[in-house]
Amino acid sequence: MALEKIKQVSGTAVQVAGDDIDTDRIIPARFMKCITFDGLGEFMFYDVRKHEDGTEKEHRLNDPRFAGASILISGNNFGCGSSREHAPQAIAKAGFIGIIAEGFAEIFFGNSTTLGLPCAVAAKEDIQAIAAAVEADPSLNVIIDVESQKIRFGDAEVTCYIRESAREGLTEGSWDPIAELLEGDAEIDATAKALSYV
Amino acid sequence: MAKSLFEKVWDAHIVRTLSSGETQLFIGTHLIHEVTSPQAFGMLRDMGLGVKIPHRTFATVDHIVPTNEFAEPFSDPLADAMIQELRKNCEEYDITFFDLDSGKQGVVHIVGPEQGITQPGTTIACGDSHTSTHGAFGAIAIGVGTSQVRNILATQTLALGKLKVRRINVIGQLAPGVYAKDVILHIIRVLGVNGGTGYAYEYAGEVLDNMTMEERMTVCNMSIEGGARCGYVNPDEKTFEYLKGRPYSPSGDEWNAAVEQWKSFASDPDCNYDDVVDIHASEIAPTVTWGINPGQGIAINENIPSVENAPADQKAGVEEALEFMKFEGGAPVKGIGIDVAFIGSCTNGRLSDLEEVAQYLPGKHVAECVQAIAVPGSQVVAAQAEQKGLDKIFKEAGFEWRGAGCSMCLAMNPDKLVGDQVCASSSNRNFKGRQGSPTGRTLLMSPLMVAAAAVSGKVADAREVFGVAER
Repeated sequence: MALEKIKQVSGTAVQVAGDDIDTDRIIPARFMKCITFDGLGEFMFYDVRKHEDGTEKEHRLNDPRFAGASILISGNNFGCGSSREHAPQAIAKAGFIGIIAEGFAEIFFGNSTTLGLPCAVAAKEDIQAIAAAVEADPSLNVIIDVESQKIRFGDAEVTCYIRESAREGLTEGSWDPIAELLEGDAEIDATAKALSYV
Repeated sequence: MAKSLFEKVWDAHIVRTLSSGETQLFIGTHLIHEVTSPQAFGMLRDMGLGVKIPHRTFATVDHIVPTNEFAEPFSDPLADAMIQELRKNCEEYDITFFDLDSGKQGVVHIVGPEQGITQPGTTIACGDSHTSTHGAFGAIAIGVGTSQVRNILATQTLALGKLKVRRINVIGQLAPGVYAKDVILHIIRVLGVNGGTGYAYEYAGEVLDNMTMEERMTVCNMSIEGGARCGYVNPDEKTFEYLKGRPYSPSGDEWNAAVEQWKSFASDPDCNYDDVVDIHASEIAPTVTWGINPGQGIAINENIPSVENAPADQKAGVEEALEFMKFEGGAPVKGIGIDVAFIGSCTNGRLSDLEEVAQYLPGKHVAECVQAIAVPGSQVVAAQAEQKGLDKIFKEAGFEWRGAGCSMCLAMNPDKLVGDQVCASSSNRNFKGRQGSPTGRTLLMSPLMVAAAAVSGKVADAREVFGVAER
């Protein structure tokens, strides 16, 4: 099961401003009544994008200038709340290939990495600079360099942080650990045997 | 070397170190439900994998179950498809399923402990962030995503980075009318909604020592709301007393051996913590959230923060919350009118929660403008409550008495807010849209505070409404 080595991702970007954007915001629970992840993309940030009557709100995610964006920019503690993998699945299925935020909630970060969706942590002022540059020129190419932990946009470059284990997994093509977990079968049996409750 | 419970349990479950540097950790107990497991079984089939240790996975159905409709098929075809899928998967892979006709169905975090499946010194995972609840027994219990559910099904292991440990001492005595819910809402207010990122929380101190197991579960349940992936309490005599005689608890000669082993997992008195925080019980009052995350809570007698008075780094958050909640900064939280009152959820849907409220309800009645629902967390809780006549007390007071399920905590079932209704809720999240209406407004509080709001028609101090202090 060879996976793609994700050394960098790039594309145009869009900002969903604010801290503590929770997974109910990313994918409201009412859209999780499903038995596959197919089709979740169209419900990403549904209530952020739409009024209750289904008409569109004024939001960057509805703005044609940012159509086709594939890098998501947000604030601190992004993805907090529920452990639903539906959240990063919806983001990925809506066409995003990388997320830049001031910080990520633990479970969301792990879920995203397992899908090969890099989550880069950047300083508040750097995020503001990226967002301002994108606002000024929505066609600007934003690059998350996973390997060197840099974000490049136009002529500018800022430092970002991606936890070592995630960076290793992404760049080495082992972001989904299932193959390696399966290889440990004999050791799994030995561990299980030593636990009286198993 | 002296170790914390977290380190001891972690070490006992290490399989090996992975190439990423993460640990392959054995997960002894796996709990699944209908929302986050079907895709995992789908992945297993796609990859041609089986379930490695079927008897260590336990299933129930909770999120999508209607609490006022018991006949199948459910009127919602999507919900019906989900329960059918779980049934099919459990049967095909030989997994124990506490189904609707078992008498044991309920919210997964209530079912595990009451069946004795949740035990000290174990690792527990579930595709649900409130898995932290099970830490009340001295277990490492974590919420995971669906790909990780697949990993556990296929290998009974996860790839995980080790967490740091923060000990939180809650010192002193809680005043009458102050509950476990207030303790955890206060901790989250003090440490922040992301204060626990990268940490396991070890809750300790006199207040935790004095708590019942059900109260400890309420505290551990909301660890994730403080950013901590798991929270735990060291096992003690109360833990063992709770587990004795439960269906999946060890019995006979095995019981004493198990208790001895469980005791050995408690943190050593001289172990090192990455951080230690002291919280004083005297500073904890009945707490109510006014905003859109669980850290936006205040004591019942405090005023809602205003943008002007908020610290610079919180102004934007306060402004966004006030706008959504349609509340005025600087106004008292007490007196805010409510439309719905919800008692239930994995946070506060246990027998003791219902008993605590029921003792104060006789002679009171839900305000005319309020819809109040009481939802037992499991069929076992419902049966015990009904045996004690609690259902009659709730109904006489004007509550609807429902069947077991997640109900209005997250509205994946017919129980939902409508429009911008205000709900006094004993659940765990006040996120925008959480209770089913994109503009619905949630105020988190203890079950007795929910009852006080229900009978008053507005946010009220349960100590005054029910004369709590005099009892």
